[in-house]
Amino acid sequence: MHRITYREAINEALREELLRDENVFLMGEDIGKHGGAFAVTKGLWEEFGSNRIKDTPISENTIVGCGVGAAITGMRPVIEIMFIDFITLALDQIVNHAAKIRYLSGGQQKVPLVIRTQQGGGGEKGTAAQHSQCLEAWFVHVPGLKVVLPSTPCDAKGLLKASIRDDNPVIYIEHKNCYPLQGEVPQNDYIVPLGRADIKRKGKDVTVIANGLLLHSTLKVAEELKREGIEVEVIDPLTFSPLDKKTITDSVKKTGRAVIVHEACKTGGIGGEIGMIILEEAFDYLDAPIQRVGALDAPISFSLPEEMRILPDEKRIKVAIRKVLE
Amino acid sequence: MSKKLDKETMLKMYHKMVEIRFFELTASELFKKGQIKGSIHPYIGQEAVGVGACFALNSGDYITTTHRPHGHNLAKGANMSRIFAEILGKVTGYNRGRGGSMHVAALEAGTLIASAVVGGNIPIAVGAALTSKMKKTSQVTLCFFGEGATNTGNFHESLNLAAIWHLPVVFMCENNIYAVSTPIYYSTLIENISIRAKGYGIPGITVDGNDVVAVYETTSEGVDRARRGNGPTLIEAKTYRWEGHYVGEPRVYRTREEEEKWKKRDPIQRFEKKLLEMQILDEGRIQQIKEEIGKKVTEALQWALNSPLPSAEDATRFIYTDED
Repeated sequence: MHRITYREAINEALREELLRDENVFLMGEDIGKHGGAFAVTKGLWEEFGSNRIKDTPISENTIVGCGVGAAITGMRPVIEIMFIDFITLALDQIVNHAAKIRYLSGGQQKVPLVIRTQQGGGGEKGTAAQHSQCLEAWFVHVPGLKVVLPSTPCDAKGLLKASIRDDNPVIYIEHKNCYPLQGEVPQNDYIVPLGRADIKRKGKDVTVIANGLLLHSTLKVAEELKREGIEVEVIDPLTFSPLDKKTITDSVKKTGRAVIVHEACKTGGIGGEIGMIILEEAFDYLDAPIQRVGALDAPISFSLPEEMRILPDEKRIKVAIRKVLE
Repeated sequence: MSKKLDKETMLKMYHKMVEIRFFELTASELFKKGQIKGSIHPYIGQEAVGVGACFALNSGDYITTTHRPHGHNLAKGANMSRIFAEILGKVTGYNRGRGGSMHVAALEAGTLIASAVVGGNIPIAVGAALTSKMKKTSQVTLCFFGEGATNTGNFHESLNLAAIWHLPVVFMCENNIYAVSTPIYYSTLIENISIRAKGYGIPGITVDGNDVVAVYETTSEGVDRARRGNGPTLIEAKTYRWEGHYVGEPRVYRTREEEEKWKKRDPIQRFEKKLLEMQILDEGRIQQIKEEIGKKVTEALQWALNSPLPSAEDATRFIYTDED
């Protein structure tokens, strides 16, 4: 075990997989000598060279499409999209190609492609509407993709290794404000399997499902509420597609109350999907309506008071938990 | 170096062009009789491009193609029966009936994908070429697309990326003038698509797409260049589709006179004339070949018609590798 940052954990995962499998290689903008816009790939180009760490022009759709072509001919590319806001440019290759090729080929082809990107707003890195969105819900809605969102260094490393070893296209979404967070990370080869949620904190009074930076806000709130005698069970889904419904519904069957927290804006967010699953599979166990905490339905403003009003925070999480306990 | 065109190869090319023509005529008839759902986009009139290009490739080379894939697949060596089966949505089709006409991909013949998103197959070809380069396999990827695709971002980004990384890919633009109803002289100011290559620093050449030998020779140059590690080439093959964009399309955007003019430049008739002049064929043999191929097409269709459909139970299979 060693204590490293989320950013370093991702770097370790990439490095270990590059060493383990010669078919793994990286493509992205400024990931080589520059080390990546968020310094995640720092040092990799020096170690592995231009053949395996490939800087690309600004051509998101074709970078991903090139990754698709490489993946269906035996390689295992890991593509970086600098900001999830720019993934919009690559949607044709992700949605119409990567996600569809296995199905369209009647199962003869597979697309072992990982697209790493980062999302989220606020804090020092807050740079307004085109650099701050949370878009995981879009990808959850496309059959054929897997969608992974790590919130801690240990999960980040293990989930990325699992994603790279997965033979399906994985959208692996980091959070820009999680990069400096520190945590204990194993130094041996380990994976965190896809499709399994993690109970980050056990509790009997309410189930709160949270991810990203807000997972940490939720854990903080849970610790504060413990002093009032409220025991919050915090679940980090880790994989949003395929979602671990069982862990979530088992928890709600135990607590009878659910709050879903995400930084993505509320309308059309994954909270609606998870909430509906809870209704369908655990309705009889609910003692209160489900609460959702999400960003206001607005682009993220640059100006601090507006940005803070739009984004969810600990206060709003606490309000939602209290509401569900009324 | 590419194979020189010998008599045997020329005969095979002729066979293949006739096969494609008869296949597409048969498929079109089937569609008009209401036996095929959806839409089919026939390759009639363009046979010289697919055949000339694919014969310049080795069996281990890859192609990527478009919503008009039957001719390309056949030219690359695919089996007629399984293409018919795919068009009919049968489980014995190349894609298990999953894709239908627009997505026929005979993997065994080297067709990696038939994408119906215009230009969508171009980045994928670049990726396949990247694999060949990284694994040092000396495979070449040939990418088919129409003139309409050359206005997409896919085309621009892909040629640029293949150029800077010196990838073993040949970009084959089939300029049949019309993108559905939109002529190239409306959507583009330049006369020859091939000059766009200059903007990427790669060679570009325009060729008579109805001259199968010219297409073969031009493609061979591009394939050789790619295999030597000297990067991509853009080839523009000027041709014409006799049918509408899809079977039954009314073609209000062009005249019947124009169509007749192009039919007089029938690539198959032209090649027949050449083979007759070279005394590689005679009229009797031509008739014989056409009868043989006609029979083969009929048998292939029958096999496909007799094939089963997939089970509805399989509708959600083969989405993820771990959920089959």
